[in-house]
Amino acid sequence: MIDDALAQAVSLLASTVRLAVPLVLASLAGLFAERSGVVDIGLEGKMLSGAFAAASVAHLSGSPWAGLAAAIAVSIALAMVHAYACITQRGNQVVAGMAINVLAVGLTVVLAYAWFNEGGNTPALPDPARFKAIVLPLARALADVPVLGRVYAGLVSGHNVIVYMTVALIPVVSFAVFRTRFGLRLRAVGENPHAVDTAGISVAALRYRAMVACGTLCGIAGAYLSIAQGAAFQREMTAGRGFLALAALIFGKWMPVPAVLACLLFAFADAVQGRLQGVSLPGIGVVPVQAIQALPYLLTVLLLAGFVGRAVAPKASGIPYNKEK
Amino acid sequence: MKNVALAALFAACLAGPAMAQNAPAVTFDVGGKFDRSFNQAAYDGAEKFKKETGVQYAEFEVRNAAEREQSIRNLARRGASVVVAVGFNNRSAVETVAREFPNVKFTIIDSVVELPNVQSVVFREHEGSFLVGMLAAMASKSGKVGFVGGMDIPLIRKFYKGYEEGAKFANPKADVLMNMTGTTPAAFNDPTRGAELARGQFDRGVDVVYAAAGATGLGVYQAAKDAHKLAIGVDSNQDHLHPGTMLSSMIKRVDVAVYNAMIGARNGTWKAGVTVLGLKEEGVGWSLDEFNRKLVTPEMEKKVNEARAAIIAGKIKVTDVTAAR
Repeated sequence: MIDDALAQAVSLLASTVRLAVPLVLASLAGLFAERSGVVDIGLEGKMLSGAFAAASVAHLSGSPWAGLAAAIAVSIALAMVHAYACITQRGNQVVAGMAINVLAVGLTVVLAYAWFNEGGNTPALPDPARFKAIVLPLARALADVPVLGRVYAGLVSGHNVIVYMTVALIPVVSFAVFRTRFGLRLRAVGENPHAVDTAGISVAALRYRAMVACGTLCGIAGAYLSIAQGAAFQREMTAGRGFLALAALIFGKWMPVPAVLACLLFAFADAVQGRLQGVSLPGIGVVPVQAIQALPYLLTVLLLAGFVGRAVAPKASGIPYNKEK
Repeated sequence: MKNVALAALFAACLAGPAMAQNAPAVTFDVGGKFDRSFNQAAYDGAEKFKKETGVQYAEFEVRNAAEREQSIRNLARRGASVVVAVGFNNRSAVETVAREFPNVKFTIIDSVVELPNVQSVVFREHEGSFLVGMLAAMASKSGKVGFVGGMDIPLIRKFYKGYEEGAKFANPKADVLMNMTGTTPAAFNDPTRGAELARGQFDRGVDVVYAAAGATGLGVYQAAKDAHKLAIGVDSNQDHLHPGTMLSSMIKRVDVAVYNAMIGARNGTWKAGVTVLGLKEEGVGWSLDEFNRKLVTPEMEKKVNEARAAIIAGKIKVTDVTAAR
């Protein structure tokens, strides 16, 4: 009985990790953009384009690494379009971000139609063209060891390479933002770009660099959806995850670790709802599916309203920088 | 000059593209005509009509609920010989538009609209699902079989109930786990979540999973392949997607329904009213071909065919959850 409960818990947490990865990546991407003073609601569109590029290139080349590189390249290219509109041309950042989303939804489907003729999807990828689950050393041998062995085999081992990359990226991003010169300037340019400018540092160059980082992370998130977790691009497959990541970022007050925790919370609620369906709870009976599926949203509202307190955005976020003003 | 061009464009939009007189029209539901499942079956039927008659049909792919009524009205206004609306979601749209255009023929698949110019085609999906449920229970080693539905609606519950009864008929001790993907039409186009729900079921001991979820099912079948479990397809014959892990498919002859409506409107044999297609009419069934031949033992085949005959003869009653309402 206890053994069974442990197996269920491990399965639930492993599912949480798998669901959290694209959210974490997109939310860290948003962190770079917003900390530098660029509001980015185009995370969704960059992820979607990345997913499409990854699946297309992985299909043509047979290599997931080429797919990942293509996803990053395409996503950075879109981030640069956004940057040009918002930083160089001082356009409205929300409008530009929305334009990227709309462009991505349309363009991916049109290109998929034209190139693969499968109605906006890409062909299903064979195993060698995907990032498959990696069994870590000793996972099989330790699987029978009580508790720790089970957790190691079920939760730590058995994910694909992007999951491990993401886990490694979290401290790297945290370090880059809070412990490096780039990070200091990044945060400063999002709070008070005039001061940064006065110090002789280019505001535009800093923001462009932040957008490159943002594009890179969104590209990885997209590749995860189409060539690691899934095996093909399907239209609109991001299904709002970019916006959820943005919510997690605000929820986490624009800090890497709290934002990651918020992503994990969303993912956990999602994983739980899949497992609660049709299960009879003691004293309550079977809860209707609709109620369970509302759980992640209810949780978000409750936490946002009750526990998080005020989330203050970087001061210059959303305001194009203009020397003369 | 610009204004003239704009006015011309506007007029062109109002008039709509010219359509061949007496050409039929079809609207596909969310998921798209290449979902390799429900909508694709409809597409196959329309293509068959085109191939045989050489008449190009008009088509529309619905992307969101707001477009339904509009698209059906446009097709009716443009003089379609028959407007085939694929999917239960079109019920209210067809009802509204059919009243506005009493001289235009409408065919709705998967729902019933009682008007003198509407032909309704519904299927006895529970009967086909019963047979694949038997297959699942006989192929399962753990005695646990799973079901992943798309949107939580009575139609999908109908698939589930038949499947459950079939599984219990073959193995009274069988455990049937059930998940619904969501409560909006988007639940038919979320393969990532489908895969996650399937993995959750595998972790709970399921080794055969049946998906009735449109394009979401593609994620379920991929997850089954990755985990070396068995999956059962739906609507179209999906056995070819992953030979070796696709146990069978519950085939629903949407293609025949669409083809019959189109050819009927051309030959003058089209009739309004309700058509119900079950095992007896070969409107539903299960697939056995070169892709799944090795997975189905002669004994399984024999038992399923016996049950099929018994259902047709009325000796086995499969519950239709939609009939009770």
